[in-house]
Amino acid sequence: MEVADINKPLTFRNRIHPWLFALWISFASIIMMFGALMSAYIVKSAAGNWLEFGLPSQFYISTGLILSSSVCIHLAYKSFVGKRESSFKAFLFAALALGISFIVFQYLGYQNMFAAGVDLKANVSGSFVYLITGLHVLHVMGGITAITVALINAFLLPFITTEKRKIRLKLVCHYWHFVDILWIYLFCFLLFYK
Amino acid sequence: MGHVTIDPNDKLAVMIEETGYDDHFHEHHHGDKYQSGFIGHYIFSMDHKIIARQFLITGIFWAIIGAGMSIIFRLQLGFPESDMAWLKPLLGKWITVNDGVGALSPEFYYALVTMHGTILVFFVLTAGLSGTFSNLLIPLQVGARDMASPFLNMLSYWFFFLAGVVMFYSLFISTGPFSGGWTGYPPLSALPQASTGSGTGMTLWLVSLTLFVVSVLLGGINYITTVLNLRTKGMSMWKLPLPIWAFFVTAVLGLLSFPVLASGFFMLIFDRGLGTSFFLSEIFINGQALDRVGGSPILYQHLFWFLGHPEVYIIILPAMGIVSEVLSVHARKPIFGYTAMVLSILAIGFLSFIVWAHHMFMSGVNPFLSNFFVIFTLIIAVPSAVKVFNWITTLYGGNIRFNSAMLFAIGFVSMFISGGLTGIFLGNSAIDIQMHDTYFVVAHFHIVMGIAAFFGMFSGVYHWFPKMFGRFMNEKLGRIHFWGTLVGAYAIFWPMHYLGMAGVPRRYYSFDTFDAFKHFGPMNEFITISAIIVFGLQLLFVINFFYSIFRGKKMTERNPYGANTLEWTTPIEAGHGNWPGKIPAVHRWAYDYGKDGKEFIPQYVPLAEGEVAGDAH
Repeated sequence: MEVADINKPLTFRNRIHPWLFALWISFASIIMMFGALMSAYIVKSAAGNWLEFGLPSQFYISTGLILSSSVCIHLAYKSFVGKRESSFKAFLFAALALGISFIVFQYLGYQNMFAAGVDLKANVSGSFVYLITGLHVLHVMGGITAITVALINAFLLPFITTEKRKIRLKLVCHYWHFVDILWIYLFCFLLFYK
Repeated sequence: MGHVTIDPNDKLAVMIEETGYDDHFHEHHHGDKYQSGFIGHYIFSMDHKIIARQFLITGIFWAIIGAGMSIIFRLQLGFPESDMAWLKPLLGKWITVNDGVGALSPEFYYALVTMHGTILVFFVLTAGLSGTFSNLLIPLQVGARDMASPFLNMLSYWFFFLAGVVMFYSLFISTGPFSGGWTGYPPLSALPQASTGSGTGMTLWLVSLTLFVVSVLLGGINYITTVLNLRTKGMSMWKLPLPIWAFFVTAVLGLLSFPVLASGFFMLIFDRGLGTSFFLSEIFINGQALDRVGGSPILYQHLFWFLGHPEVYIIILPAMGIVSEVLSVHARKPIFGYTAMVLSILAIGFLSFIVWAHHMFMSGVNPFLSNFFVIFTLIIAVPSAVKVFNWITTLYGGNIRFNSAMLFAIGFVSMFISGGLTGIFLGNSAIDIQMHDTYFVVAHFHIVMGIAAFFGMFSGVYHWFPKMFGRFMNEKLGRIHFWGTLVGAYAIFWPMHYLGMAGVPRRYYSFDTFDAFKHFGPMNEFITISAIIVFGLQLLFVINFFYSIFRGKKMTERNPYGANTLEWTTPIEAGHGNWPGKIPAVHRWAYDYGKDGKEFIPQYVPLAEGEVAGDAH
């Protein structure tokens, strides 16, 4: 989250930084958004005319990718706090690369689904999978934008671990972990809900 | 400004300096640099006080448009045979002239009804009400320098503004704005070929409301974070003034329900543009069977009303909070049952999430399921009645100042009772068989969440106008506004109950051809004339509002009402950061009126020796 400088003067008495708190609150609304889609999925699947199909194998790979990306960004944060500049940059870059490859594999998964005859319009069950995972990809793209900004800052700004930079990196990390956990939940839901 | 010089004669400033909380705000050399230019100060402002005014004035703009639309369709309903050719310069091709007699086109009538609902519910009573007062009062009453993220706060306003631009644009396109009802039910909303407004008009409606959802979420995140994290020293949750509790719960409702609407919109967008069938099944259009099957239009209704019902509480809760504060201040009495007030706000907030299907009793929901929703709907009457009881008890024996703000607050209670009682009728699924989709429903929701919410808003505007603009609104005009609106609003909506009980359906273009409803013609004329008068009175309010900004009586003291809350401790022209020095610390609840022989004791005054705190906590 790119926040303008003028926010700085606000000072706080509390332990958790309000920006981080605000980010967590926004998770609640993202959860509600996906929750609504999953409720609709459950209701619709019970109403019949529902095509059963297996998820493409690429989704398993992308799950591994986003998990390891999450680990990388955690290590990047640890390195930043521990003032290890080169490993900070390396892990941040790795997180970005793995994040992008997650999207690539999601796309390959869609192609696989399409080739298997499950296109967007074929049946509502397929439409739901495209919509839910597509909306998740949009959230991942938001995270990738944030990591890209963090990476540009990592290379352009002098390596100083101020509180402000720590909290901004933390915001990126928490968001990234969130979309990771969200994916794992969505994946399990689509895989196991019958 | 590095140091603040305190005038030793200014007792309040001295007290804040002695007992206040020093957050070292003014030691940073941020100054007011982003406020120095006109654009930074008034346009892309990040100061919550300016953003509040932006929300309010934009809300007034939309209120005039939305109410003006209702006047046009009321003319059609009250005087269906009359010549409307005089509206042609305004409405153009939507007035068709035959033999010199102009008539409103039915398509545009539906567009007007739809836009009236959309604009009033979202742009006026959501953004204009909670946007204005949450922004103005949350930082001032909890004792914060500004919102948690002023930048997101600014974005919240500008997303609302963009949503408004898109909606405004849709009014002028050749096929007209969306015309399928403010609820946007499929298939009218899902198939571009379904009606004239279902094409581009609906696309713009979706774009606009999606932007609006973003605005609500950005605002809500900020309000919640500010209330939970940025309260001044001593301001525990149980010392919060009631408006803040109301705004807080409102923000939580918005944060949890608007994303669900967004999901519904995404599915609708897929259905419209990408050929999916989430909401479409077995439809014949232009004599042809549509090849898209497998979806369910009821699914959309569930998603819509999962937002739609909390939405009515998003509208009414801020009004309730404002009214609680105004009643207490101007009755010079502590609010009765503060804890019960807070708990009832929380209860209403919780219950609002489990009653949505009472909007769908007649749309094919399992009747056994309806029982569940009937019970929870009726249970809402309990916290609502608690609130009404407490308001009336607050007034009882009070030393009441009958100024405009107070009159509107009392008027709110009256409207809320009148409209709330008919809610008990409609909440029963059996009675709803007769009443659904009639003017009874129109009367119910206009009184309980339209007029009542407007009364809360007016009350807030009259009360906090000096806080916003440093001047007072004209009291005489304010009272004319109140009495005229009170009588006029009942004149409009009371007769509609009779129409509804007789089964007159809402949203119909004309009743000329129905023998059963013909004899209601004079009643409809009466309603229309009342509506025109009430509309005129609102214009009086608008004139009063803008005149008073520049010419109103000047505010000469900080705390003109003798109120206890912190917003009256800032300088009259409060700059960025609200307090020039330290932030006042809080030692007591906001409702110490008439305690220990003192007329009022503000929140920043420490407890005297041996004094027992006025609240239960």
